Amino acid sequence: MSDRIGVRLRLARRGMDGLTLLVLPAVLFILALFVYPFLYGLFLSFHPMKGGTFANYIRFFSDPFLYETIGTTLWLAVPVTILNVVLSIPVAMRVRLLRRQKLLTTILVVPITLGTVLVAEGLLNYLGPRGWFNRVLMAAGIIDHPLMLLHNYWGVFLSLVITGFPFTFLLTLSYVTGIDPSLEQAGAMLGARARARFRHILLPLLTPGLTITLALSFVQAFSVFPSAVLLGAPAGPTRVISIAAYQAAYEQYDYSMASAIAMIMAAVQVLIVVALLVAKGIAYRGPASGGKG
Amino acid sequence: MTIASRDFRELRLEEISRDFGVLIALSKISLTVQRGEFIALLGPSGCGKSTALNCLAGLLPLTGGAIWLDEKRIDTLGPEGRGFGMVFQNYALFPHMSVRRNIGFGLQMQKRPRAEIAKRVEEALALVRLTGQGDKLPGQISGGQQQRVAIARAIVVEPPLVLMDEPLSNLDAKLRLEMRSEIRRIHGLLGCSTIYVTHDQDEALSLADRIVVLRDGQVRQIGAPETLYMRPASADVAEFMGYRNIIAAQASGNAAGLSVALAGGSLLGTAVDGAAGPVTVAIRPEDLTPSPDGPIAAEVITAEYRGRDFYGVARADDGTELYFRAFERVGPGARLRLAAPAERVLIYRADARR
Repeated sequence: MSDRIGVRLRLARRGMDGLTLLVLPAVLFILALFVYPFLYGLFLSFHPMKGGTFANYIRFFSDPFLYETIGTTLWLAVPVTILNVVLSIPVAMRVRLLRRQKLLTTILVVPITLGTVLVAEGLLNYLGPRGWFNRVLMAAGIIDHPLMLLHNYWGVFLSLVITGFPFTFLLTLSYVTGIDPSLEQAGAMLGARARARFRHILLPLLTPGLTITLALSFVQAFSVFPSAVLLGAPAGPTRVISIAAYQAAYEQYDYSMASAIAMIMAAVQVLIVVALLVAKGIAYRGPASGGKG
Repeated sequence: MTIASRDFRELRLEEISRDFGVLIALSKISLTVQRGEFIALLGPSGCGKSTALNCLAGLLPLTGGAIWLDEKRIDTLGPEGRGFGMVFQNYALFPHMSVRRNIGFGLQMQKRPRAEIAKRVEEALALVRLTGQGDKLPGQISGGQQQRVAIARAIVVEPPLVLMDEPLSNLDAKLRLEMRSEIRRIHGLLGCSTIYVTHDQDEALSLADRIVVLRDGQVRQIGAPETLYMRPASADVAEFMGYRNIIAAQASGNAAGLSVALAGGSLLGTAVDGAAGPVTVAIRPEDLTPSPDGPIAAEVITAEYRGRDFYGVARADDGTELYFRAFERVGPGARLRLAAPAERVLIYRADARR
């Protein structure tokens, strides 16, 4: 009896009691849907259809048609992510002062809920040579020939901006509104104009949040697939890494190779996210309010 | 000490107004503040005192009137153009900057040489008695110290006017008293003008040279602390200044000697603006004390010990509840006779807006 109490007390002291059991469903969920498939994929990638353990990886990094997909994907994902974050800051700064914030945020959430395929279908009609966009510009006499915005880099770029921006914006908005407005007022009272207030007060306090936003937006953009196929040139300029994985799995039925590509994809994402988080570690971390509230 | 307020003669508010749509937060406030004066804006919450301060600071634009600093009209400038210091209720220290950088921020914005900034920040630290704390972040120091940093940050730019928005409301009682005398000391050293917003009449009385009582966005009275304490201009100002007994009564006699019938007794009083007829009577609890032949008979409901004396509530025979002070312990149910000196029974017109 005394032993049992001893164990319980010791566990309780480490913050574990009956309530701790409530994490079990979540742990099972993660194990079944994330850890197991990941480990299985990793295992699969080391058992190639032919060659030694690392044959898939060697093949990937020796075939330009495969390894260049990393560059292609980064060339899409990095500019899109940066553009989205940079755009979202001024918009968020303005929106936080609006009263009808809810309505606007609801409108912005719609593209997220629609999903990339629907947005891509919409853009196919809208941006096509006979689409509204080009017809309006031509009717207005701004251009003579339709702009080629589909089945190339820009089609995918635009679709990533449209589907990625709301997500980036909502994250940024929550970080911007988390900053105590009296800090900006204090800055103004001390003679700082808007630009200096942004640089010295808001930006340093936003940096940790913006880094997280960058990381999450990047991961989303890096795994681009539907719009690269539907709006891009999947054989050329927008042959992103997920297309390579898809082709390996469903055109060559080489699950092992597909798994290896997925692992490489994960490694690139992890590398960039870790780099961002390390950079964030250097920035100020702490509350974004100026004292007792 | 080289930190000193910039020279100016006076700050004039000319009928400044501010409304938020249909809500009128400030209505035609006029006030002239001399250099070196300490003004307290006093009023209950929602009276417009914080709005007034924000309008002065430039954080809220006016919807009417003008603000002048000597011959310069300043209400058209933004907060960054006015050069006033402000101490916020929550201090609003920049959490990512050290105490030193917080204090030096205003000088940095003025693009002063680095050596000068360092020197003046040290002086400001010494002035608020925080020497040696300069490298800490605001989150690493106590509330009282944060308060001192906020004051140092506001005064290091040598503003002609320092605005304080209930700066002591987040501190505990002991620290509040301590910071109160600190604020007065620093104000005296700098020679600046201070406008101090508070709802605490004790703070206003002890700090200010002049008190402006606001209610519903209007100035109800401007006066020295003694005047407001002893002779409020109207019954509602009296109520706010601690005259807890505000009683409707009938007055008889003439202005030389007015007596009021209240709570089943008859008291001699002093007319402020009341005359014979229906009046409002204001008496501070400390002036209403037990006396063997007092005119008002009452029964004690509660009494609490306050150290030197007792403060209590008693019910008069006609049901009126009276706040009184006693010098000896009185228990609930005890019967008393209460009296107040005639000069401390203030009589106001009954129709005064209440």
